[in-house]
Amino acid sequence: MGNFAANEGLSIFVIHALSWARAPAACLNFNCMLILLPVCRNLLSFLRGTVQCCSRTAARQLDRNITFHKLVAYMIAFHTAVHIVAHLFNFEYFMDAQLQRNSSHLPFVLSEIGSGDNASFLNPIRTNETNPTIVMFTTVAGLTGVAITLALILIITSSMEVIRRSYFEVFWYTHHLFVVFFVGLVFHGFGRIVRGQTAGSLETNRPEACAEHFEDWGGPGSGCAVPAFAGNPPMTWKWVVGPMILYVCERLVRFYRAHQKVVITKVVMHPSKTLELQMKRKGFHMEVGQYVFIQCPSVSRLEWHPFTLTSAPEEDYFSAHIRIVGDWTEALYEACVGDKTQPQEAWKLPKLAIDGPFGTASEDVFRYEVVMLVGAGIGVTPFASILKSVWYKRIQQNQEVFTKKIYFYWLCPETEAFEWFADLLQSLEGQMTEKGVTDFLSYNIYLTRWKETEAAHFRVHHEAENDPITGLKQKTLYGKPNWDHEFSSIATAHPGTKVGVFLCGPPQLGKSLEKQCLSHSEADVKFIFNKENF
Amino acid sequence: MGKIEWAMWANEQALASGLILLTGGIVGVAGQFRGWQFAAYAIAAGVFVCLLEYPRSKRAKGTSVERTGQYCFTVCVKSFGPLTRNYYVRAFLHAAICVPGGFMLATVLGCVCLGIASIIYLAAAIRGEHWEPIVPRKDTVRPPPADIKNPPQNPPPRPPPETRRKRVEDLEGAAYDNPIPVKD
Repeated sequence: MGNFAANEGLSIFVIHALSWARAPAACLNFNCMLILLPVCRNLLSFLRGTVQCCSRTAARQLDRNITFHKLVAYMIAFHTAVHIVAHLFNFEYFMDAQLQRNSSHLPFVLSEIGSGDNASFLNPIRTNETNPTIVMFTTVAGLTGVAITLALILIITSSMEVIRRSYFEVFWYTHHLFVVFFVGLVFHGFGRIVRGQTAGSLETNRPEACAEHFEDWGGPGSGCAVPAFAGNPPMTWKWVVGPMILYVCERLVRFYRAHQKVVITKVVMHPSKTLELQMKRKGFHMEVGQYVFIQCPSVSRLEWHPFTLTSAPEEDYFSAHIRIVGDWTEALYEACVGDKTQPQEAWKLPKLAIDGPFGTASEDVFRYEVVMLVGAGIGVTPFASILKSVWYKRIQQNQEVFTKKIYFYWLCPETEAFEWFADLLQSLEGQMTEKGVTDFLSYNIYLTRWKETEAAHFRVHHEAENDPITGLKQKTLYGKPNWDHEFSSIATAHPGTKVGVFLCGPPQLGKSLEKQCLSHSEADVKFIFNKENF
Repeated sequence: MGKIEWAMWANEQALASGLILLTGGIVGVAGQFRGWQFAAYAIAAGVFVCLLEYPRSKRAKGTSVERTGQYCFTVCVKSFGPLTRNYYVRAFLHAAICVPGGFMLATVLGCVCLGIASIIYLAAAIRGEHWEPIVPRKDTVRPPPADIKNPPQNPPPRPPPETRRKRVEDLEGAAYDNPIPVKD
């Protein structure tokens, strides 16, 4: 870009804060280009699939797309602030230049240029009977600037963690103001309000030599003609048009996928307010641990909610276990089940739309020889898919899988939530005993909260062969696992291997597991941490 | 759209507006712009709005997350009683505060943002929300005795297996069967 003083010429004598405004504008161009890319999840899923064949590490970077989106957003906010402050100063200088009507004042002389033809002027404020606020509201740059800054502020305040976690809809709908933001951004430079000395004028009026003799410009023998200024053509659209097109394609893909017919084949109501929906869609193909977005038009036309798939790829349907916690899930329950106890006719079930499936870290499970799966509460759902797939591959088809040993930890606060998953574990247990492969899967269930009455019951049934809660042979453990001990025993049992650690749970657990992974990764055993969180 | 408490968003928006007013005011005064008196007013207004909006209200439903160190601000705001409890008052107060900011370019943005916050507060007030202070919980959790650090490493002592007879036919009754008599 070169030296601004050399390029813009005499502008710098009026627009003192020009570089302070141009620099963040350049950064804003770049950041606004980047911000749309991490949220094109279909594109990312596609990239992830293609890259995964070459490099697992590279594919994993794509899992942190939302973090990247947030970081770029912070940068946009920061640069916007600097840009606005710089232009506040610039407008003040513009106004100053018009108000100090003194021919021996260079800024005033420069401001008078172009008053005749209204084309070659420098100062966008053309008279002294106005004020910066009015000028701002009467220029394209000013109006678009205000509009996009307001949109940005509303987007930011509704994206605060408190609002996002509690009222996702407010966050999601307000975020669509980004359309206003991008449209305004593209048109922001169309008024060509920031002007520099034209190339032709720089020849006839060289700033270094002529700036001092401004009173003689245009006069005979001065060697300096009257300078002419013009605005630069708008550049921003060149930066953002590509990502905007990609994002439009992304929304079209989502729209198309949403309109493919989805059929609910079975609805199961589990205890602990969990609804299982088994569905089919033509051409649907999934991998383990993926998730989909589900929309139910009869409940809400605009809401899409993510759910992990709990079925294995080997099954002929796909399923999701939905916990009934909020308005949307309750309404979905009413639509699918309601209070009916008789079997429903298939056509009475509501129409659904599915977007996905989208990949997450759990896809990588089968690429590790030894795997530790940790699920906390409802976070166990992706692992349901993995365990089922394991069962199908190893037991039924007797395929050779790369994964030799799975350690599964489930941390759960209440006993009722065990039911549907316990059935799965029970059938797995039975099948494995039948086939004699008992040491492939080792699972530990931790009950982190219990009531006094339950504790008495456990004490009494301590000697029973099957666990009183789950009915499994493996006894339920109480409290939280001693991770240090677990990691050490796994490290000693499997020297020289890469152990994949997969977590779906709260961030604090993630942090402590990450620390454990780092501290127990010695020369021969490496623990590689993968975290999935919505 | 679910049972959203609009006041929560209004609070975030108002706090952001306070900061923007403050920044605009500082720029106006530091740069000695024309109309710097409005900028000076904006500094004062910005600080006032930030102090008023910093303490989060307790939510009607769900867990409330405090801002760091908000307790002293909660006490101050609480002491104004119905003036700060009622969101109609806040809506009109913010609308009134924001007006002088519109007279100077540096503070115009803060003015508009605060106006938007005022509208959201009005929506919250119409829905019947009000500000509740978050007070710290009075029930102090008893700290565990100092010597409880680790769970026991060994199982409890048990009599040898012969005396430990498992009556599988009556598990409930077996619970009260002490193989070794308990002595005082």
